[in-house]
Amino acid sequence: MWTFIHKMGSPPWFFRFSGVVVQWLLPITIGLLLVGAAWGLLVAPPDFRQGNSYRIIYIHVPAAVVALAGYYVMAFAGAVSLIWRIKMADVTMRAAAPVGAVLTAVALITGAIWGKPTWGTWWVWDARITSMLILLFLYLGVVALFEAYENKTAAARACAVLSLVGTVNIPIIYKSVDWWYSLHQPASIKFTGESAIDSSMLYPLLLMIAAFYCLFALTVLLNMRAELVWNHREANWLQQLVRKV
Amino acid sequence: MYFDSLSAVWHMDGHGFYVWLSYALTFLPVAIMLWLPIRRQRQHWQWIVAEQRRANSRPADAQSE
Repeated sequence: MWTFIHKMGSPPWFFRFSGVVVQWLLPITIGLLLVGAAWGLLVAPPDFRQGNSYRIIYIHVPAAVVALAGYYVMAFAGAVSLIWRIKMADVTMRAAAPVGAVLTAVALITGAIWGKPTWGTWWVWDARITSMLILLFLYLGVVALFEAYENKTAAARACAVLSLVGTVNIPIIYKSVDWWYSLHQPASIKFTGESAIDSSMLYPLLLMIAAFYCLFALTVLLNMRAELVWNHREANWLQQLVRKV
Repeated sequence: MYFDSLSAVWHMDGHGFYVWLSYALTFLPVAIMLWLPIRRQRQHWQWIVAEQRRANSRPADAQSE
């Protein structure tokens, strides 16, 4: 286990390892997304109160769940890069930020579109929605902050601090539907006890959540690989790798 | 399969616009998000290949002169 973690910090090893992972993960992710979307759109029964508009759940909830989980990944990588000064952790943090931003934006946009036929409005300043908007700004803040600094070592440190401070927001998002009970409904899926959703709707939803986790891992890896190729363009291992292909 | 016909899938009892719009606004950014880093890596890779070619051709030029 420790040798694995140690190896992860080595760019040549990581580049080779992630290359194999990406090769498998890309078709798996696209397959899961297509099967999950088709299942949710065409096969699952309509909701008895919301009709067919509820089918947005199959992208809205997975995008939101993974956007939140992705923030932990980014903040954890930021902490590792702050404490142990591991370059790889810094690359991971920056690769996760734009992916998280896109997923948060997708959750917000699909939520707004879902809100129109269900609540009669595109937008309300509900606690859950507002805290998700803050999450979007945190992700975008990390991206923008890195670009703002000339000195990239200082930039990485500032981004790590920002992402760590922002973790305060994550439990607030989770709990917002219970603390401020307004328009947004509480969670339907529970780890303990009965879920408030029928299994014919639950299975495609779980499949889509798995698909979005794969998507997150895949895009972060792709971003990291693109970054590594550029950062190590003069390194021996990459020069040899390019010559071989 | 829940729906009877293709037009029922498209219409979704009046909710088709909202459902299809949100799926389009999800899959389009997702596709771009996957494509951009792949393109960026390919561009960097080609830059390195070109750089190696340049480095290899330099000593040959010096000999010919």
